[in-house]
Amino acid sequence: MKADVVIVGGGLMGFSTALHLALRGSRCVVLEKDTPGRHASGVNAGGLRQLNRHPAEIPLAVVAAEAWHHIRELVDSDCDARFPGQVRVAENAADMEKLEQRAALVQSLGYRHEELIGRDELYRLVPALAPHCVGALICRGDGYARPFHALTAFRTKACSLGVHYQHSTRVERVEQGGGDWRVESTRGEFQAPVLVNCAGAWANAIAAMLGEPVPLTPGAPMMMVTERLPHFIDPVVGAASRKLSFKQMHNGTLLIGGAHLARLDLQRESTEMNWRKLAVSARTVLALFPQLLDVRIVRTWAGVEAFMPDHIPVIGPSSTAPGVFHAFGFSAHGFQLSPVVGRILAELILDGHSELPVAPFSIQRFAA
Amino acid sequence: MIKTHYPLVIIGAGPAGLAAASVAAGQGIEVALFDQQSAPGGQIYRGIESVSAQRAEQLGADYRRGGELVRAFRSSGAQYFPDTRVWSLTPGREIGLLQQGRAQMLTADQVLIAGGAMERPVPFPGWTLPGVMNAGAGQILFKAHGIVPADGVVLAGSGPLLLLLAWQYLHAGVEVQALLDVTPMVNHLSALPRLPRALLARHYLTQGLFYKRDLKRARISTLHNISELRAHGDARLQSVSFRHRGRRERLETELLLVHFGVIPATQLTQVAGCRHDWDAGQQCWRPRLDAWGQTSVAGILAAGDCAGIGGARAAEHAGRLSALQALHALGRLDTASRDRLARQDRQWMQEDLHIRPFLESFFRISDAMLQVPDDDTLVCRCEEVSAGAIRAAAAQGHLDSNQVKFLTRCGMGPCQGRQCAQAVGHIIAEASGKTVAETGHYRERPPVNPLTLAQLAALYPEECE
Amino acid sequence: MFRRLDSDGGKLVQVTINGEPVQARRGETVAAAVLAQGLTHTRTTPVSGAPRAPLCLMGVCYECLMVIDGRPNQRACMETVREGMRIECQQGAGEAG
Repeated sequence: MKADVVIVGGGLMGFSTALHLALRGSRCVVLEKDTPGRHASGVNAGGLRQLNRHPAEIPLAVVAAEAWHHIRELVDSDCDARFPGQVRVAENAADMEKLEQRAALVQSLGYRHEELIGRDELYRLVPALAPHCVGALICRGDGYARPFHALTAFRTKACSLGVHYQHSTRVERVEQGGGDWRVESTRGEFQAPVLVNCAGAWANAIAAMLGEPVPLTPGAPMMMVTERLPHFIDPVVGAASRKLSFKQMHNGTLLIGGAHLARLDLQRESTEMNWRKLAVSARTVLALFPQLLDVRIVRTWAGVEAFMPDHIPVIGPSSTAPGVFHAFGFSAHGFQLSPVVGRILAELILDGHSELPVAPFSIQRFAA
Repeated sequence: MIKTHYPLVIIGAGPAGLAAASVAAGQGIEVALFDQQSAPGGQIYRGIESVSAQRAEQLGADYRRGGELVRAFRSSGAQYFPDTRVWSLTPGREIGLLQQGRAQMLTADQVLIAGGAMERPVPFPGWTLPGVMNAGAGQILFKAHGIVPADGVVLAGSGPLLLLLAWQYLHAGVEVQALLDVTPMVNHLSALPRLPRALLARHYLTQGLFYKRDLKRARISTLHNISELRAHGDARLQSVSFRHRGRRERLETELLLVHFGVIPATQLTQVAGCRHDWDAGQQCWRPRLDAWGQTSVAGILAAGDCAGIGGARAAEHAGRLSALQALHALGRLDTASRDRLARQDRQWMQEDLHIRPFLESFFRISDAMLQVPDDDTLVCRCEEVSAGAIRAAAAQGHLDSNQVKFLTRCGMGPCQGRQCAQAVGHIIAEASGKTVAETGHYRERPPVNPLTLAQLAALYPEECE
Repeated sequence: MFRRLDSDGGKLVQVTINGEPVQARRGETVAAAVLAQGLTHTRTTPVSGAPRAPLCLMGVCYECLMVIDGRPNQRACMETVREGMRIECQQGAGEAG
């Protein structure tokens, strides 16, 4: 099958890219080796977070936040997105100093979305918090959405614009031939002048095929979800010196993350919970919300993500292969960036450059 | 005191677990048996140690057999831990337990899962009304608590358990208003070829005929080949309607006990990473096993109804076979001894299983029922997701149970899909033109019993970030 | 809906069900005790507020969730009655009443 662009990976990055290209008239093919939302895109925490981003990601996150606030215009669905804000809590003076430095850094870069707040404002916003906290950094425009709904919306919209999608289709080989890229898969051969690598934790396999392997480490951050509780908290909560991502969903369940990793067998695509680390996670939650002692965990899981050593993704053109572009390695915080990543890829592919600063994400930074 | 390691751990104190524990302890190895109930017997022999002679009589000879099993177990030397819930089992045989509100982890060289079965949940209009319960629930109230329906009861469904319960109620003086048998007429024909083999275990057949005779003598109304079962009421059950001989009928009642067969409880085998297959004859998922009950994960075995429906006696034999294999794996028995000791149980198990193909065929639940034709019927009780919503999700291209779950929230409630998994699989299969085997099943994840944040935090109090 | 077969069935245990004092039997599960007492529902659902009662009595349906001694989301069929136990219907997500 011939197309303008072949995209490897049917997660959010792949479909965001396909959507933005299709909006500008490109004929795209998206190849997904599993079923929709099988990995990171389907089972992440759904955080729409600008707060505490790596400086290189800030410009992208701010634009992405704008997109999420109007996501219906892009994908005809609100993806169940809500924006109660996100706080990063300081539990002592040392924490507070960390947050003050961070606030200063962000301001120096010309951004105003991260705001320092003191005790009074913190407890006004999060009255359920344990009483020892001293302040926080807040991004009032942050929130969360439901990842599988978002993926479905991006996929449905993209397909309605003519994107050809195949699941259960694993890419086995990519080869250059006559100015095109020939992609051999388990279910068909595809040809296009442009190839996009959005293969998540498997992106390095594609990169290696192109002669530019990268130090990508697959990892499976663990999540816990509880039984439903009556509504008691609005903002999403993180902590300055603890691993925590804590939110109460609209349906009352608590979603607890914290970047502790499960044991991962990538070959079998199976994960095993690390209960030692989950115990730490539970302790962290109870340190900030001791009233949740008897709340029951009904499920744990871990989705497979791609981690880069500097914790920022690879976005941009290939360093070895003309007509190839990468968007992977989002290190467990890609969900929020997905609308803008697609836009960037479309700009790079169709215009030769992007309006957003993508130099820090270049694959070249790993060249030996 | 539960230790941190055992050579053999057995999960479940039903016939398979009890028989296995007795054999293993009898050969001198240290074995721990964990069970979530307060007394041994599982579901089938529930209450066996505390039941009065009179009630035991009412419950029948098959039930009383459990007494022997439990006595042998009690004197076997196996360590018994009741009121203990297993919430995690890894392929590496690390086990998470909850006992007296405290969580702990332990390991084992061999793990035998004998967690039994559950009743097949088949959604029908009104099934979530208070007053609609499983026949097994009626049995539990009777066996373990001496509690029976006060104002009459309607029984509906298909399967030997329904007949047994009607008979037990009859002898306890309970008014059985009617037995509504949904077994399709066509099953009588399709089961016929399996009858010859079933005659090799004809005590089951004669037992069934014996029960039927008693019910007939007592003039208990049994209606056959009924369809379109519906429960009606506002805040609770008030009547049951159905189609019989082409006409719609209605019965006033406040209690409806339903039964549509039993299926293996596979949460533990799933969570431990064992391979499962869809058994088209039994209409259920079951772990893939070898002749000794070994699953696809080294050191993990399964026996009894959690491995495939074989009934209580076959479960005993399977439990013993698995125990012998575990002993062999632990180096306690050489191959020749294991095989020699297994001979009798293997033979008896094979004899006992002769009845199964016939029963499976005869009591097969129709695809029409399993596919939940009425769109408004709730399939996921916990999250209140209707059959129509699931069909719509499948129509939008979400073609496996997990995708439908992510989209609709079915399977995400407290029961974690136990009550809706089967129906969701059948609905998606029908909507997509695939088989149930192809549509797969919900991905099982721990904890398979809920764990509080405090219990989890206390599991590793010293661990740091 | 239900009745006890033996009137002499063992030691009595004092509990309260929705504030009312009730005599349960030692060794009984909370679910059995509330059904014997004539309770028509154990909870109302968080999604629609619909009344629900136990379905399976063996721990796999989670319909019998009740508030026991102030703790919500307890499976009544998996808890044994204790002297002085406070048993209440659960309204929606983890609230008593």
